[in-house]
Amino acid sequence: MGGFYGAVVTRGFRRYATYRSATAAGVVTNSVFGLIIAYSYIALWDQRPHLGGYSEPQALTYVWVGQAMLAVMALMGGGFEDELMDRIRSGDIAVDLMRPADLQTWWLSADLGRAAFQLLGRGVAPMVCGALLFDLALPSAPGTWLLFLVSVALGVVVSFGLRFLVALSAFWLLDGVGATQMAMLAGLFFSGMLLPLNVFPGGLGEVARALPWSAMLQVPADVLLGRHRGTGALAALAFQAGWAVLLLAAGRQLQGVAARRVVVQGG
Amino acid sequence: MAELTPGEVAAALPAAAGRPEHQEPRWQPAEAMRAYALIVRMWVRSTMAYRTSFVLTALGNLAATGLDFLTIVLMFAHIHALGGFTLPEVALLYGATSTSFGIADLTLGSMDRLGRRVRDGTLDVLLLRPAPVLAQVAADRFALRRLGRITQGVLVLGWALLRVDVRWSPVNVALVPVMLVSGAVIFGAVYVAGAAFQFLAQDAAEVQSSVTYGGNTMLQYPPGIFARDLVRGVTFVVPLAFVNWLPALHVLGRPDPLGLPGWLDFASPAVALLCCLPAAAAWRAGLRAYRSTGS
Repeated sequence: MGGFYGAVVTRGFRRYATYRSATAAGVVTNSVFGLIIAYSYIALWDQRPHLGGYSEPQALTYVWVGQAMLAVMALMGGGFEDELMDRIRSGDIAVDLMRPADLQTWWLSADLGRAAFQLLGRGVAPMVCGALLFDLALPSAPGTWLLFLVSVALGVVVSFGLRFLVALSAFWLLDGVGATQMAMLAGLFFSGMLLPLNVFPGGLGEVARALPWSAMLQVPADVLLGRHRGTGALAALAFQAGWAVLLLAAGRQLQGVAARRVVVQGG
Repeated sequence: MAELTPGEVAAALPAAAGRPEHQEPRWQPAEAMRAYALIVRMWVRSTMAYRTSFVLTALGNLAATGLDFLTIVLMFAHIHALGGFTLPEVALLYGATSTSFGIADLTLGSMDRLGRRVRDGTLDVLLLRPAPVLAQVAADRFALRRLGRITQGVLVLGWALLRVDVRWSPVNVALVPVMLVSGAVIFGAVYVAGAAFQFLAQDAAEVQSSVTYGGNTMLQYPPGIFARDLVRGVTFVVPLAFVNWLPALHVLGRPDPLGLPGWLDFASPAVALLCCLPAAAAWRAGLRAYRSTGS
């Protein structure tokens, strides 16, 4: 069966790779926002050097990692969840549940393919743009980059886990717009997209760093910046893996409940 | 039929198009406004059929757009001034651009759907209706929930006006509403020009967002923190600096980083009107060059 889901991953990749001009347009948007946010961070770090333990080049690197991760982690939507919710609302989900493929694994595979393309298509170019315009603190050790890739992959699974739960809420709510919107707000705020979580004041920062959303940006960025070394890096990856397993298990439970007791809407 | 452009189809149907054959569409502002109001009223009624959903999405819009301000507030947890501006001063910049952008977003924000209509061919339907296409596209799927952004902008602006340390001379008082209206018109011109560009590049909606949403984000911060070339770009190329920076700097009694002549602080209404000319020309050129996908 590994070959089957592998094929779904490939198709997920190719599906998003089809829209080249949309990808180029997305890169422009990421770069423009990266530029604007970078200047606001420079003004902030100018006043408070070493804020949150970051030097200015590290803070700027954080900005561009954030822009690179925006599409990969589907922080502002654009993942599979709208499609799945549509299928739940229209009743097409009944057909999906009868297929000889597991619903969660199917969508996870498709989303991994999407994320892999977004990493190449929407992640690399803004990073290069940022590195050309600003003095960034990028690591030279290949091992750090490898750890970063593992951390990104784990972050994508956490992101999927959360979005799968949101999508399944459509079994009960039918209209998932509200749930999607709440999830997006929480994601933007608690992932560290607005400001690094170690800049959040006091208790709010501590809570935010323990929540699953931090696995989507804060942890991968800190891994790339070399703030987790040796066993610290393993602990960071274990934190992500823990949330990934927990969320996937919760999704599986919810999928079971939904399939058993919810009457599918006729179309 | 296949080799006819929709423009030719419309011209061949004078009764339906409501104008004589082979004649350039005349500029009919009253007619356009009437059509716009009619379509908007229809979408508002449709929205109000699901009242709870409307309230929730409007609140969501308010919260989502408020995240930007939350970022600024979190920054000020660590500092007293950003680029030399206090929190109420940054809030004045923020509130002004958010309100202006909110008005443009509410009235013309649906125009970024034009690319999709070109791609799937549904624009042809709009060409056949006896109403100006621009009014139809602008009112298409009018999203009342965007009131959330305006509300949020007005709240921040109101707070800023109460807290900011300014001598309220008659000129400064008058400059605030002038700034809001001119800003809305400038952003509106960007929306129309962006929509015209989508006739050429149907997937370019996101490039347009980088100017509109990105511009709005940039204007929320003091101009002094950005590179001079970037500030020159949004002053002379896409004149977004006239949305809030120049008039607000005058109100706050601060010099602008480019050292521009003082009278430019009052030039926003003129710049706004000037922006409409290239936007209108681009729209007409785009519409004339449009060829249907045929599907």
